[in-house]
Amino acid sequence: MPKIKPPVRTPHIDMTPMVDLFSVLLIFLLLTASFRPQEAAVITTPQSISEKQAPDADLMTIFITKDGKVFFNIDNGRDTSTHFRSKLLEKIGEQYKITFTKAEITKFGTMSSFGLPIKDLKTWLNSKDSKEKEKLQTGIPMDSTDNQLAWWVREARLTNVGAEVAIKGDADTDYKTVKKIMDLLQDNKVNKFNLVTNLMKQEATLKDLPPEIK
Amino acid sequence: MAEIIQEEKGKKGGKRRPKKHGTRIDMTPMVDLMCLLITFFMLTTAFSKAKVMVITMPDKEDTKDKDKNTPQISAFRTLNVLLAGDNKVYYYIGMIKPKEAPPALVKTDFSKDGIRKILLDKNRDLFTKIAEYRDKRVTGKIVVADTTLDSEIKKMKRDDKKGPIVLIKADEKAKYKDIVNIIDEMAICNIASYAIVDISQPEKDMLKNAPK
Repeated sequence: MPKIKPPVRTPHIDMTPMVDLFSVLLIFLLLTASFRPQEAAVITTPQSISEKQAPDADLMTIFITKDGKVFFNIDNGRDTSTHFRSKLLEKIGEQYKITFTKAEITKFGTMSSFGLPIKDLKTWLNSKDSKEKEKLQTGIPMDSTDNQLAWWVREARLTNVGAEVAIKGDADTDYKTVKKIMDLLQDNKVNKFNLVTNLMKQEATLKDLPPEIK
Repeated sequence: MAEIIQEEKGKKGGKRRPKKHGTRIDMTPMVDLMCLLITFFMLTTAFSKAKVMVITMPDKEDTKDKDKNTPQISAFRTLNVLLAGDNKVYYYIGMIKPKEAPPALVKTDFSKDGIRKILLDKNRDLFTKIAEYRDKRVTGKIVVADTTLDSEIKKMKRDDKKGPIVLIKADEKAKYKDIVNIIDEMAICNIASYAIVDISQPEKDMLKNAPK
């Protein structure tokens, strides 16, 4: 009897383990990607060819909006057991003779950028209404009679000596506001600034060399 | 693929139910979507770090010491760039001498044919040197590490004696992006020395009379 070959069946791969693995990977990535805390103001940074990345910890950021409002942010340090934000709030409290409760200090430790005069800090920390909170954020005062930004920068530098400074300014901010802030930082012995920009690659090659201009 | 097996009940004879086929779900599109989602998340978490442009300013000195420390620079090498806001860029070569007429202001902009052309022309030698070095590295003629590349370029900039010294001055109406753009041009054209300085009154007057 001739051998009858069984008809060739296309192999059916059972995809279940693959789907399992993908689900696990996906959930891992979703959990390890921490959510960026909502920033106080929308800022469109100018474009630059620079590809350097900002340090992700030990960084103090000064935000400047288009109309010159200033916000400030500092992180809790590379090792989160050094509660830099809480220490900073206590120091500012001492300076301005305001006592913050433990609850307020812990709350401040978990928040991110803020921009409001120090007298409004207590109300802001305790308010539950997000609209009210937004209204209170009028920017950190920088006038010569009450330069609160100078205090924030100074105390932040004393709290975390190794912190670098980043300036995130809107592209259309007046340069004189930015210069004022850079002068303030230089008064605090900060001479190296990280200007936050969008990457836009541009290049000049040998072909772009113009002919000699006499 | 998953298979849903349905028990076949029913006796032969009597009511004959139509034979139900086991349904098979094809998981391929689900796996595709998962692949896409994972790749998306891997890439976005890597890119969410903001990019920065690092600038280092010299120490702010007392006004007493300032005059002693300003080195003498040849007027020919000085290129003064004045930013007047509205994407307007003016430049003049040389220095303002008190008794003479001020040098002419030339209007330009941030496009490729604007200030970049002047910078490339004045910085021709250094730019060629650095561009050739980079090309050699890209084509593989020389093999160096990234850090060596950076330090070599820094050395070339330090040893440069013929390139322009650019003094960047911003007017009241200048915007932040103007300063960022001009510092970018410094990096693109490989300018060895530049500084951001305060604008002086004669220059403000020059801007008032400048071509619009």
